[in-house]
Amino acid sequence: MGSITRIQGRALPLRGDDIDTDRIMPARFLVGVSFEGLEKHVFEDDRKAAVRPHNRHPFDVGHYQGATVLIVNSNFGCGSSREHAPQGLHRWGIEAVIGESFAEIFFGNAVMIGMPCVTAAPADVRTLMDLVEKNPKAEVAIDIAAGTCVAPDFRCTVSLPPNVRDAFTSGAWDTTAMLLDHYEQVDSTAAKLPYVAGF
Amino acid sequence: MGKTLLKKVWDLHTVRQLPTGQTQLFIGLHLVHEVTSPQAFDALRQRGWKVARPDRTFATVDHIIPTVERKRPFLDVIAEDMIASLERNCRDFGVRLAGLDDDRQGIVHVIGPELGLTQPGMTIACGDSHTSTHGAFGSVAFGIGTSQVRDVLASQCLALEPLKVRRIRVTGTLPRGVYAKDVILEIIQRLGVRGGTGYAYEYAGDTVERMTMDERMTMCNMSIEGGARVGYVNPDETTFEYLKGRPFAPPGDAFERATEWWRSIASDADAVYDDEVEIRASELKPVVTWGVNPGQSIAIDERVPAPDEVDEPQAVSDALDYMGLEPGRPIAGMKVDVAFIGSCTNARLSDLREAARIVKGKHVAPHVKALVVPGSVGVSQAAEREGLDAVFRAAGFEWRGAGCSMCLGMNPDKLQGNQVCAASSNRNFKGRQGSPTGRTLLMSPAMVAAAAVAGKVVDVREFVN
Repeated sequence: MGSITRIQGRALPLRGDDIDTDRIMPARFLVGVSFEGLEKHVFEDDRKAAVRPHNRHPFDVGHYQGATVLIVNSNFGCGSSREHAPQGLHRWGIEAVIGESFAEIFFGNAVMIGMPCVTAAPADVRTLMDLVEKNPKAEVAIDIAAGTCVAPDFRCTVSLPPNVRDAFTSGAWDTTAMLLDHYEQVDSTAAKLPYVAGF
Repeated sequence: MGKTLLKKVWDLHTVRQLPTGQTQLFIGLHLVHEVTSPQAFDALRQRGWKVARPDRTFATVDHIIPTVERKRPFLDVIAEDMIASLERNCRDFGVRLAGLDDDRQGIVHVIGPELGLTQPGMTIACGDSHTSTHGAFGSVAFGIGTSQVRDVLASQCLALEPLKVRRIRVTGTLPRGVYAKDVILEIIQRLGVRGGTGYAYEYAGDTVERMTMDERMTMCNMSIEGGARVGYVNPDETTFEYLKGRPFAPPGDAFERATEWWRSIASDADAVYDDEVEIRASELKPVVTWGVNPGQSIAIDERVPAPDEVDEPQAVSDALDYMGLEPGRPIAGMKVDVAFIGSCTNARLSDLREAARIVKGKHVAPHVKALVVPGSVGVSQAAEREGLDAVFRAAGFEWRGAGCSMCLGMNPDKLQGNQVCAASSNRNFKGRQGSPTGRTLLMSPAMVAAAAVAGKVVDVREFVN
């Protein structure tokens, strides 16, 4: 797995707090044994509900096609643990998400697939959303190591828990190999647990 | 200084600090189902890995299975493929499976406790956010995504960040007609759907101590709806009594030794918490959600908010619009089209008993489609032995096979169009129950039963006095 230090590209602002994973990826698209093709169904029901031309869902706005940075408000990804939600966004082309806050399971799932979810102050998020809505061609750059987000005439601090930041910058965000290292320690920890030993 | 249960269990299961600084945590029980596991098993195949501890892994089918006709192959070919794929994966990797023809089958969070797989002091993981349910036994239980399912299959471990602990003390006597479901909905309403992020919720206080295991499971189940990935109750005599004699509980003398250890992992009296909250049980009323997240709720005798009198007018106006509710109207009297008693939150035997008590001798309103979906084959059989199925059928309910069903509409049980559903489940998100415009009102199973009979949202306290 490679290191992830910088994400740069056009952005897509998606307004609203508490956007749950049922909305990001409705459950009927979880029927299947692979993640392939999920990008086609991102926010499918929300997009169908936003039918009026002036009310088009951001994922259907022409200017935002090809965006790599998603901008969200607070508690993004709450609810179901379905990894299909971040998988769908990632396969659609989103490489990083910047927001006021993220739900814990969604955040962890995004880390596991190499899609950093960085937090910024609410005022900065709103300014960035306004900026991109006015100028959808604006290039937004997130520097993971430096903890910054830069756009034309805009700069703010973004953060990740230090452990997660280091995992991305060192390329250690794929955890399985790490967990299998020193496996004798797993066995010895387990053997000491009364319920594993059979009381 | 004393320790919390979370800290004790965390320390006992810590394998090492990873180079990233995260904790490598051993997982004592991994529960697996058909929806979030196929890609994880595929990843193991691709890399030539085995399941590290098949002896600590247990699978069942719940999310997509039909609840009317369970005969194979299913009409839905993709659903059939998913079940067949889990069967193949369990066979290839040596994982125990309670499949469709197994008396132990059911919703993963119902069967874990029922079989005695879930025990105090364990770490438990499952690819489902309602894994927090198992915390009712004093275990530390995490909902995880599919990549983490892969990690647990391959290594029986997770890489995690430590959690803070908020103790929520509920004290006093719950009024008649007010249930564990109302308590947890009230907690989520007060602390918010984001309030628990970064926390484990420890439910304590004399009200919780008097709760049955079923009630504690309802509380812990919905921790995630308040943003808390983990919720737990300290194990006590009620816990031990429940577990005794269950198929996977320690047998014979081992049970006594186990009890001693289970007692030792409870939070110490002088444990220090990162935050504390008090709830008075005697002040609570039946709670109903009016919006599109589980924090948007009010007491049965209250009015839904109006956007101009709240802090988040856009969110409230959007939710009212979706729900088709005029601002400021009373929630009582709202017409319901469907009544759903089921889900990992409220489909255990005691839930069905309470709902049956409400509907006995009455009949579902003519315009209401009402269904009961027991949480497991075990619950279903126990209910049938007591004649509850007959009570429900006589009242006009459909009596279905066990599964997740209309909680998330991944099987044929879905709302149609913009139907309004009184539901004993856990999420009222937009589109949650299978129709992109379907509307969900969360409430206790007794309240659902009362709504089914009345054909509208009503106060169950009028039925139970």
